[in-house]
Amino acid sequence: MSVTVVVPSVLAPASGGRTQFELPDASARSVREALDAVGRDYPVLGRRIRDERGELRRHVNIYVDGEDVRRAGGLATPVAAGQEVLVIQSIAGG
Amino acid sequence: MTTPRFLLAVGTKKGLWLATSEDRKTWTVAEPQFLMQEIPSVAIDTRGGRTRLLVGVRSEHFGPTVVHSDDLGATWTEPEQGSVVFPEGTEAAVERIWQIQPDSEDRPEVVWVGAEPISVWKSTDGGATFELNRALWEHPDRDRWAPGAGGAAVHTIVPDAEDPEQVHVAISAGGVYRSTDAGASWTARNHGISAYFLPDPSPEVGQCVHKIAADSEGRLYAQNHRGVYRSDDRGDTWVSIADGLPADFGFVMLTHPRRSGTAWVVPLVSDWERVAPGGRLAVHRTDDAGESWRSLDTGLAEPDWNTVLRDAASVDTAEPVGVYFGTRGGSVYASADEGEAFQEVIAHLPDVLCVRAAELTAPPAGAAHDAGQGT
Repeated sequence: MSVTVVVPSVLAPASGGRTQFELPDASARSVREALDAVGRDYPVLGRRIRDERGELRRHVNIYVDGEDVRRAGGLATPVAAGQEVLVIQSIAGG
Repeated sequence: MTTPRFLLAVGTKKGLWLATSEDRKTWTVAEPQFLMQEIPSVAIDTRGGRTRLLVGVRSEHFGPTVVHSDDLGATWTEPEQGSVVFPEGTEAAVERIWQIQPDSEDRPEVVWVGAEPISVWKSTDGGATFELNRALWEHPDRDRWAPGAGGAAVHTIVPDAEDPEQVHVAISAGGVYRSTDAGASWTARNHGISAYFLPDPSPEVGQCVHKIAADSEGRLYAQNHRGVYRSDDRGDTWVSIADGLPADFGFVMLTHPRRSGTAWVVPLVSDWERVAPGGRLAVHRTDDAGESWRSLDTGLAEPDWNTVLRDAASVDTAEPVGVYFGTRGGSVYASADEGEAFQEVIAHLPDVLCVRAAELTAPPAGAAHDAGQGT
């Protein structure tokens, strides 16, 4: 089983229209590695989610199987085969 | 694709609007682009035989970037690795692109960016990619700079038209800085500018400069947090030219591209009352380098209690010069006669953050190809 990364449709223009990415077994053991993998193929998408320091942008939230990674291990939060990494923009803005 | 004679770019809190005109009186406004993204900076670069639009785009969620278009906004290009990106080791990330400033006519490959956090960037590939200016980033004055209300940024860059080694920048809130060695070093240049909001009434560092501009003979003009100034010695010393204005607060400072001594400001009552005096919005013009001012309000709405932000005003280079500005109430005004009379060309936009206008001469990229297909 692979790790699935799902991004919001508003980011699809940065990834050739794709919003879902299946990462091969053992290619990503953490949220950071999962985002690294997606960002290698789609660097603009990667920069939308994290800044040039590699830090998660303030109004971007990530859930691993429904749990907010900011309440877990942040970008170091482990991921395992079969899990879903869900990227969602937070409620913000005027 | 035919080339319109004039292009007007309006960046707002929630998107970019482009308008075209043949006579600067009738404007065709296109559908918004980058909708729901902030556009704090835009440039229309007409050098080098092409027209390139450069746009600072910022998403509240997904961060800032710079994109460019060589076909008047039909398509946009963003480098995969980004164009303004702090290098490793700086431990910084770009927050907002405040200024995109093409260099002089004879250096068409050079474009400058001013950004938040306080930083200057230089492109030598026409604005596709930019390199951080290390001298300003590591400047010993940095710990004495403070964020203005809008953020800590380099918001204005004024390359010298004659001397490629000389460039001025304006920092909120740091003041005016000058380099005479093409950005290798920077020195504060605020002598004569007063600051009521600091313990030292005339500090060299820490000034809250709102906008600077250079005229065709290299005189500099500054709209400060309070105070309007001119420098006849490229920033070494400044003198007040606020007499004759209804107020010395404001954000805008524009200069004539060919006629030295002509400049425009938009006075607001004060920092505690950031509206035009009595709600009567007016552009003020000097034709004698600030010795006297005329109020120009023909065609402007009255009352109008909205602010005009520092980059929400622009001139073109046509004859006579066109003057343009937008308000936080979403009105965009244009004058085809140097401010004598304005007309509202767009209304009810989101807050206008930046306005640029240009007379176009070069056909947009793809124009020749399109014409070929039609024959």
